[in-house]
Amino acid sequence: MATPAKGTGGFFGGSQSAFNSQLKKVYTFYTGGFLIFIVALAILEQMGLPRNWIGYLFLLATIGLYAGIGVISRTSDAAEYYVAGRRVPALFNGMATGADWMSAASFIGMAGTLYLLGFNGLAFVLGWTGGYVLVALFLAPYLRKFGQFTIPDFLGARYGGNTPRFVGLLAAILCSFTYVVAQIYGVGLITTRLTGVQFELGIFLGLGGILVCSFLGGMRAVTWTQVAQYIILIVAYMIPVVWLSVKATGVPLPQFVYGKVLEKVTAREAELIKDPKEIQVRGIFKERADAARESLKDVPKAFADRKAALDAAVTKAEAENAPADVVTAAKAAVAAYPKDATAAKTAWTRDVASAGRANPPIRHAEAFPGKDDAARDISRRNFLALVFCLMVGTAALPHILMRYYTTPSVKSARQSVFWSLFFIFLLYFTAPALAVLAKYDVYSFLVGTDFSKLPQWVASWQKVDPSLLSIVDVNRDGIVQLAEIAIGGDIIVLATPEIAGLPYVVSGLVAAGGLAAALSTADGLLLTIANALSHDFYYKMLDPNASTARRVSVSKALLLVVALAAAWVASQKPADILFLVSAAFSIAAAAFFPALVLGIFWRRANKWGATLGMLAGAGITIYYMATTQPWLRGVFGVTGSVASHTWWDISSISAGVWGVPLGFVVIIVVSLLTPAPDRETQELVEHVRYPNLPGDTMNTVQT
Amino acid sequence: MQLTEKQKEYWSKNLRITAILLFIWFVATYVVGYYARDLSFNFFGWPFAFYMAAQGSLIIYVVIIWFYARYMNNLDVEYGVAEGEED
Repeated sequence: MATPAKGTGGFFGGSQSAFNSQLKKVYTFYTGGFLIFIVALAILEQMGLPRNWIGYLFLLATIGLYAGIGVISRTSDAAEYYVAGRRVPALFNGMATGADWMSAASFIGMAGTLYLLGFNGLAFVLGWTGGYVLVALFLAPYLRKFGQFTIPDFLGARYGGNTPRFVGLLAAILCSFTYVVAQIYGVGLITTRLTGVQFELGIFLGLGGILVCSFLGGMRAVTWTQVAQYIILIVAYMIPVVWLSVKATGVPLPQFVYGKVLEKVTAREAELIKDPKEIQVRGIFKERADAARESLKDVPKAFADRKAALDAAVTKAEAENAPADVVTAAKAAVAAYPKDATAAKTAWTRDVASAGRANPPIRHAEAFPGKDDAARDISRRNFLALVFCLMVGTAALPHILMRYYTTPSVKSARQSVFWSLFFIFLLYFTAPALAVLAKYDVYSFLVGTDFSKLPQWVASWQKVDPSLLSIVDVNRDGIVQLAEIAIGGDIIVLATPEIAGLPYVVSGLVAAGGLAAALSTADGLLLTIANALSHDFYYKMLDPNASTARRVSVSKALLLVVALAAAWVASQKPADILFLVSAAFSIAAAAFFPALVLGIFWRRANKWGATLGMLAGAGITIYYMATTQPWLRGVFGVTGSVASHTWWDISSISAGVWGVPLGFVVIIVVSLLTPAPDRETQELVEHVRYPNLPGDTMNTVQT
Repeated sequence: MQLTEKQKEYWSKNLRITAILLFIWFVATYVVGYYARDLSFNFFGWPFAFYMAAQGSLIIYVVIIWFYARYMNNLDVEYGVAEGEED
């Protein structure tokens, strides 16, 4: 066992059970302190503390806290730096995995996705929880027994040699980097919201919070910070939802009572679908989109024609001595008309893009909606394919699997998966409730409101970002229709405190929770990338004689470089950030899952099978994405319609559905065609299958 | 190193429980998912399939993992392959 780093005193010393009970004490105090901090801010708010001060205080307090934990946990010992000394108790590893796992997408995006997609959005809820069953049954206990530092470590040892290790580390970097860019982007967004600083500055502020922690103490610091971050994010998620539930149902347990609210929402949907005013507004959107599509065929001509028509209307109204309001309206139409052909093109493109607003609202509870059986079949197929990719991807993302190296034993690794899913479940079974409660509020209170009496939060969010919320009186009747509301998914979580009428301090808390979710995931991902480069590439492949201290220093230096590179990419605001996240899942699923599982469960799997299987699985996944995803099609210059490239109408987000089976098939076929692995490798397989095998002299645990 | 009969039995018991739990996981996810449109009877306010995807299947996953950890940790002791007391 490594000696604790200087300055950490006795905290990290002592026996496992003493350590465990001390941890419980520390985190109980911490949770209490955090709640007192919130109450104190709430009192200060009532006494007149300005809003942006609350934002600053939340930002400073939480990032300061993470930095503090980083400083306390600083280390240069390899086992501490890479796997937190392998003494993280199951419960705490569960919390840390929960925070590591739940990213900005889960915290902020999930409820919004459910709000917008209804039943079909539940694919994310199912996929991102059910994957842990695969982690528990196929991977966590065996990887813990193997007990090295990284996932490519396992590939290297099991399949013998640097080729599988190298393929593994490339895949680990590819999927972790795309994922970390999305997290840093989220950090920038939230910091900007919380304090009003510039987006680029927000990114680098958040980056500071990430680096001070992972840079100083590696996995050890990241683990203890993630536990702290989990507590913040779960408190921040629950408070507004519980409040909203009390408001809608009188019961503070939203998860158990929102079925009744869903019934009301369903009844309201039926009314809104038939409502004549709603139909009128949807009709206006359809006309606009049709007209815009027509105009876009010849922009300069349409620009001149439509302008002339508007001018003529003014002249005509004035000539006919029409009532004053008709003349004013005609003049307003001229004033609102785009200044030049370029502006007109932008406006018309936007009109075409919002053609979806001409459709009636989706029925929230209806599974696989579609206009006919064929469309419903495609919807179902894509739902199941997405669930599959997200599940297998969950069980293959290196930054999650790595966490199971940190428990003290195989037994606690198994228990730890249970705690992980339990803590993740708490948030994931609340998100669908939040979506339904928010929808109920919008459908029954916001719709039908007089435009002069819009609630305060509508005005303030319209000002912050019109892409998140915009309500325009399209049919000029002075009343809000559902079709007049354009809502962005992210607002559901961010605005819930205001919808529920809670004080601003809760909004600050929610933003701090989102920040905790994004930072904790970014920490885990950066560490994965830096470790893959320093441990697998530098130490195992380039310089096997490097000293421990040197390996840790190299890892720290690489961490800085990778973090800056990711921040730079994020500050370019790459399009389709959500696509990048789902791409990471599909690539991880196809590259790692077959090779890892067969490595444990099939003794005959060998080096060439695994190498070619990983390449084939990841290759076909990337190929499918490149030919069917609009942004990648642009990058790779793919021609021909999307439909001509899709197989079975599966959309690009689920590309892993082809890669995983192909990976399995290639590994099996190639392994059978080439010689069986040597005796030692077969013994390694036996070694990882039994938590403790009497007579087994192999020891793979690295310290 | 040669495995004893008892050790082989441990592994086959592990494979059996893994297969059973995986089957439950499959039904809770894919069979319920596939027939979601037909399983829309009212379940305490939720359409049944909606309830399953939003909550019921998740609870089943948590229970599967809890059960597996308990079962295997006992099996380790029974077959003498448990680790020494570390935690």
